[in-house]
Amino acid sequence: MTKKTSATTDNPAETGTATQGHAGAPVNARLTAADKVGLYRKMLMIRRFEERSLRAYQAKKIGGFLHLYIGQEAVAVGCCSLMGKDDHVITAYRDHGHAIAVGMEMNPLMAELYGKATGCSKGKGGSMHFFDPSRNFWGGHGIVGGQVPLGTGLAYALKYRGLKGACMTFMGDGAVNQGAVHEAYNLAALWDLPVIFVVENNGYSMGTSQARSSAGELGQRAASYGMAWGVCDGHDLYGVRAFMAEYLDMAREKSRPSVVEVRTYRYRGHSVADPDNTYRSKAEVEDYRRTKDPIQVFQRALLAEGVLDEAAVERIDAEVRAEADLAADFAEASPFPGVADIQKDVYWEADNPGQRSSGGLLFFN
Amino acid sequence: MTTLQYREAIREALAEELTRDPNVVVMGEEVAQFHGAYKVTEGLLDRFGPKRIVDTPISEAGFIGLGIGASMLGIRPVIELMFWSFYSVAFDQILNNAANMRYMSGGQIHCPIVIRGPANGGTSVGATHSLTPENVLASHPGVKVVVPATPYDAKGLLKSAIRDNDPVMFLENTILYGDKGEIPEDDYLIPLGKADTKRAGTDLTIVTYGRPALLSLSAAGVLEQEHGVSAEVVDLRSIRPLDIDAVLASVRKTHRVLIVEEQRPFCGVGAQLAYMIQREAFDELDAPISRLSTVDAPAIYSPPVEAEQLPNPQRILRAALEVVA
Repeated sequence: MTKKTSATTDNPAETGTATQGHAGAPVNARLTAADKVGLYRKMLMIRRFEERSLRAYQAKKIGGFLHLYIGQEAVAVGCCSLMGKDDHVITAYRDHGHAIAVGMEMNPLMAELYGKATGCSKGKGGSMHFFDPSRNFWGGHGIVGGQVPLGTGLAYALKYRGLKGACMTFMGDGAVNQGAVHEAYNLAALWDLPVIFVVENNGYSMGTSQARSSAGELGQRAASYGMAWGVCDGHDLYGVRAFMAEYLDMAREKSRPSVVEVRTYRYRGHSVADPDNTYRSKAEVEDYRRTKDPIQVFQRALLAEGVLDEAAVERIDAEVRAEADLAADFAEASPFPGVADIQKDVYWEADNPGQRSSGGLLFFN
Repeated sequence: MTTLQYREAIREALAEELTRDPNVVVMGEEVAQFHGAYKVTEGLLDRFGPKRIVDTPISEAGFIGLGIGASMLGIRPVIELMFWSFYSVAFDQILNNAANMRYMSGGQIHCPIVIRGPANGGTSVGATHSLTPENVLASHPGVKVVVPATPYDAKGLLKSAIRDNDPVMFLENTILYGDKGEIPEDDYLIPLGKADTKRAGTDLTIVTYGRPALLSLSAAGVLEQEHGVSAEVVDLRSIRPLDIDAVLASVRKTHRVLIVEEQRPFCGVGAQLAYMIQREAFDELDAPISRLSTVDAPAIYSPPVEAEQLPNPQRILRAALEVVA
């Protein structure tokens, strides 16, 4: 793990560079064995869910886009495992990992991919638009960078209401060049909002490498707004937690925003429509998978700690695979929304006719 | 009753809702210390303080997106656009995020936000500052669109808009800000989606909204006095939801229709109205539905020529006489 300096005195203190040191960080030292197994299981749930969804896509059960998170699991699980009751999350279209990380179950997620009425968004959102406000998860957004002002607004609401929470606003490395992102950075810094802009840098904005799309250091752009910033590796769950805990604390306790760049990697193409044969080598993917796979790294750590043994590893994997298969069965067996559902969930007033105060036509058929 | 300017009526609506609901926040460029580019928010900072009346940087995508996000967590932002023309740089936030949020989440989220500001031509500010985007906005299910013509309507509709749980686009008019009108002393609301027949008549229905409603009233007076034509003026006030029943009731009475809008004609609000009227009341019509729009070009700067590009009483009069000929 590496860490950059900050432009402000609020920047959390240096926490060292050795990966193995993070297990002892306070935020990790207090984890029970059961907690650790839970974190491991969650990462595995993301992977097996997505592998199963890919097979469903190939079987033409899923339409549109499918942006897989495989390879990045430690980022969402590490960050979201730190959430308190007033902490919130919003992300972009590669959102399956965050949804599972905040605690959403596989059934409504898989059903959403299948376009079924039992989906988390009733089949109206699809892969890019998972939501669960009851778990402080605000999507799931399709336009690159478009969710970043929204996350800043969630943080604004927290501060306005006097709540000691933070909003982790995730984006990919491709989003950092969007104007809306910079407008949000400025507002967050200007108004001291408790937002952490988490740049999940997987190296490629679709098929364009960071070197070909972004000038300078991604995180360092925060410095010109007077925001704290830092960089960490995203393959080590303990490291992500240790790193993010400090920025979350700064947001909650001091209402100070920050930009954190988490270096990660995706094994699959930008979406399943990307054959992934034009912009990077197979060797590059294999090298990361062999040395930095987040699930393997954490599994090795837990085996070394004696928290897991080989039998437990096999058992958990079997359970999670079965859960993903059952989710696919659930999705398959669920009904599609009806044509009459097309015009539901458009207007609050139309969905709550007993409380409607306006007159006139809301829909034009 | 008391007499207030259009801008004062809006200010009263803001002040009353700020007082009623601690989650209402007024936000926008120059709304606080500067008292508003058009002085709509004058004095609100002194009364309500900087937490409730918030100056923003020139950053429409940023602060509108922020407002939408805040609305998801229970804040009720009323965001001022200095000109509605500036919505173009926040298009993604308004029409991808606010309009679609409820739908994409399967009804789990609603965004109680109001975006308000002037949307009109006629002040020689050129094409970039003269957009009238009510048709563009109203073509996005999920948002509501309101265009008040009078101080009374502006106050009652804005209070309803702020209490509405859906995103409401509230389009005002810089030319009307100084107009005076009677306002009741007591608290009142005007529901969205209720048209107002501002003049009763028997020979012709003029369907209109916003400033053209006032221009149509002026033309209707001349029609009556100089041509013996009795025109009914139906002010829609709200584009979406749309009070089509009020329009059809008038058409069934007069059997002739002129639509007047400060819109370019192509894909304008009038096109939708004309379709609906012929679909529902074809047998009632004694003449083709006619339409007077802004002359189809970007807004011209040249002041006397711009006056001819927009609907004005003379153009409305000529168009009305053709419909009743």
